[in-house]
Amino acid sequence: MNLKLKIWRQKDAEDKGKMVAYNVTDISEHMSFLEMLDVLNEQLVNSGEEPVAFDHDCREGICGMCSLYINGEAHGPDRGVTTCQLHMRMFNDGDTIFIEPFRAKAFPVIKDLVVDRSAFDRIQQSGGYISVNTSGNTQDANAIPIPKADADEAMDAATCIGCGACVATCKNSSAMLFVGAKVSQYALLPQGKVEAKDRVMNMVNQMDKEGFGNCTNTGACEVECPKGISLTNIARMNREYFSASVTED
Amino acid sequence: MSKLDSKIPEGPIKDKWTTYKDKIDLVNPANKRHIDVIVVGTGLAGGSAAATLAELGYNVKAFCYQDSPRRAHSIAAQGGINAAKNYQGDGDSVYRLFYDTVKGGDYRSREANVHRLSEVSANIIDQCVAQGVPFAREYGGLLDNRSFGGVLVSRTFYAKGQTGQQLLLGAYSAMNRQIARGKIEMFNRHEMLDVVIVDGKARGIIARNLVTGEIERHSAHAVVIASGGYGNVYFLSTNAMGSNVTASWKIHKKGAYFANPCYTQIHPTCIPRSGDYQSKLTLMSESLRNDGRIWVPKNMDDVHAIRAGKLKPTEIAEENRDYYLERRYPAFGNLVPRDVASRAAKERCDAGYGVNETGEAVYLDFRSAIERYGSEQAKLKGLVNASKEEITSLGENVVEAKYGNLFQMYEKIVDENPYKTPMMIYPATHYTMGGVWVDYNLMTTIPGCYAIGEANFSDHGANRLGASALMQGLADGYFVLPYTIGNYLSDDIRTGKISTDTAEFEEAEKNVTDRINQFVNNKGTKSVDYFHKRLGKVMWDKVGMSRNTKGLKEAIEEIQSIREEFWKDVLVPGSADGMNTELEKAGRVADFLELGELFAKDALDRNESCGGHFREESVELDGEQKGEAKRDDENYAYVSAWEYTGEPKDAILHKEELEFNDIELKQRSYK
Repeated sequence: MNLKLKIWRQKDAEDKGKMVAYNVTDISEHMSFLEMLDVLNEQLVNSGEEPVAFDHDCREGICGMCSLYINGEAHGPDRGVTTCQLHMRMFNDGDTIFIEPFRAKAFPVIKDLVVDRSAFDRIQQSGGYISVNTSGNTQDANAIPIPKADADEAMDAATCIGCGACVATCKNSSAMLFVGAKVSQYALLPQGKVEAKDRVMNMVNQMDKEGFGNCTNTGACEVECPKGISLTNIARMNREYFSASVTED
Repeated sequence: MSKLDSKIPEGPIKDKWTTYKDKIDLVNPANKRHIDVIVVGTGLAGGSAAATLAELGYNVKAFCYQDSPRRAHSIAAQGGINAAKNYQGDGDSVYRLFYDTVKGGDYRSREANVHRLSEVSANIIDQCVAQGVPFAREYGGLLDNRSFGGVLVSRTFYAKGQTGQQLLLGAYSAMNRQIARGKIEMFNRHEMLDVVIVDGKARGIIARNLVTGEIERHSAHAVVIASGGYGNVYFLSTNAMGSNVTASWKIHKKGAYFANPCYTQIHPTCIPRSGDYQSKLTLMSESLRNDGRIWVPKNMDDVHAIRAGKLKPTEIAEENRDYYLERRYPAFGNLVPRDVASRAAKERCDAGYGVNETGEAVYLDFRSAIERYGSEQAKLKGLVNASKEEITSLGENVVEAKYGNLFQMYEKIVDENPYKTPMMIYPATHYTMGGVWVDYNLMTTIPGCYAIGEANFSDHGANRLGASALMQGLADGYFVLPYTIGNYLSDDIRTGKISTDTAEFEEAEKNVTDRINQFVNNKGTKSVDYFHKRLGKVMWDKVGMSRNTKGLKEAIEEIQSIREEFWKDVLVPGSADGMNTELEKAGRVADFLELGELFAKDALDRNESCGGHFREESVELDGEQKGEAKRDDENYAYVSAWEYTGEPKDAILHKEELEFNDIELKQRSYK
């Protein structure tokens, strides 16, 4: 198929940036979306132009590095996939496709379609861990039985890949699904209880400090999340946060 | 040869590690505050090492080329992690894990290292659970296990099909705690481009900030390379797009020997290539072979009809299918080890029986399993006269519960429903057992420079067992390196801060800058990918699953000429100031073009078949094992450690003879 692309080009963080039109031809429906961009980039390189910069790495939907806002949707028109898993069969010959970076105040553009998501790292650094040193002398892994249902629910929350689609799709640029998922993983496990109060307070504070917006329960994040992280996690975080606020020493 | 001292401690194998730990020198906590360690790579090995070293009190500087340490490719590991916990009471033990790993590696790994790995394996699970890693559990609340290829016990711990992700996020969380404390300084989007040697010791690195393009000097008392494997030398592999050999190759060029580069694991169950535009290959977990049957048509007419789209695989009658693994290996059938399954698929496809347009695909069929599970369910539910449709539907539910996420992944990529029609699979490069040579301390032949995880060579011999990569990465990072590095650093307590304002840093930086300028000023006519694809094709065709003298000699020449052309004609648009993804790729491919040649040279030297390395000249000629791989213990029971002397063709081979005192060498038989 032949396609028209309108792609956000921005030289660096200071540049104003603009949409630029490109054409690609002979695109196979079996290609992934990023392979289609590879074709465009090969074309650009061969004509001595700078290729479009975009983040990507594992190309199997797990590293969370790829992003892109495609035709107004985070990770494009398919559901339950990242951009690297999106295939061209979702598009038709002659389509015009708009490709933009994830937009949020807390995700400044570095170049073209590449954004800086280090705010997510800083939120994790503020409390997304259990304080246990490596010793080889922690108690036996089976010392505390954990109900299967809790372990499974913790696992569902833990599958977040930190891609930022939830933020990009939210009209408030809220990171509550991301933070809620991490808070939930530990809140559901006995290992996480000890530091639960500090964790939720610190992570939420850091989230606010980074400039993410608030949650108004539209649920767009859950729809666009490639890993199907549920809104329940936001509710659980709110509960944890509330209970920590009223019982704080 | 004096450099190749493996430093294996004396004493019985089961006591070596304990005795070693009792006797090494330690660094007192007050002194650790004055010692800096650089860790390159933040996967399971690098992430766990950085976190643990920081907990101990060292000042750690960690580097990754991704935008966050959480993205390292360990994250893509699906199946699980082995540990000799014996929670199932099925006869597992430290010795048995040790034995299975040495045997699975086709007797080409170092016994003492493997035994230590088995010893610390149980600690890994304890540590990860304490960190909040949500491993799968049974209804009683205890940890669940499953079984993997090549072993007779259930010792694999897992977190759905995302074990690597959960373990990496565990290590990442441990890192985050230390980043918050200021004990780890994290350098995201940075790539190491050289190591700096001062007075014979590794004392720092030169790194490029991939956002600003700045070339930076970083000093430390020791440098740890944890940058993973080099499977992307094939262009197409299951590795991440950015996975590269650069850090390992740079230290090799500064004196670290490179061991067994030809040991590569080609994983049998990956989604086949669909066209020339393909950028990477996707793995389907080995667990699928528990229930899937692998076959190709018996008749060439059927093959042609399938390729022409005139026949569907489901229309081919049972008697016209060749279940070639079951035919050739009745004892193990579809569950033969990875190397054997891969070669058998290649043999059928080379003979012309491949079932897709490229001729490189075989079927992985779940119909039998669906029928079997369906009948079982019908019986359990008391459905006496269940229709064929009912049985199929019941069976599909069982298969979905077991492999649902994999089936969904397949359908998203291929656009075919694997419940209704067999999957198509083909082998792909997955893991590299070879890597930087290290001694028992995990130190390379450069004093103060260490290599851990997939980047080193030591534990998997010529073939890695499933679920052992995660184990090794975390064992090295959490439990081995933090001890062994202390023994070295105890001599450095009076050294003080290493200055970067020296001639050695100056020179290393200049070399890096010169090379970058060479790329951006070259103004050739061909893209980096053009050369990478050509290299990949030579590697796959001649240094792939099956190798021979003629092909390897040709490969060496072809790689040399591609490399020459690359330097003359590569085109890197843009400048070196700021983000330039083509420039990043150019540097990596330049190193692959050198490694590829050494790889072929190593494969040529090793005129035996062992594990993932199959030499057509070395096969069993008769008897029950006719046509199977033939190992040659008399002549090749050594580690090939290559010393760089200027060009890959001039590399000098050093041999570390392998001694097997605790395990008897045997032929692997799966008939």
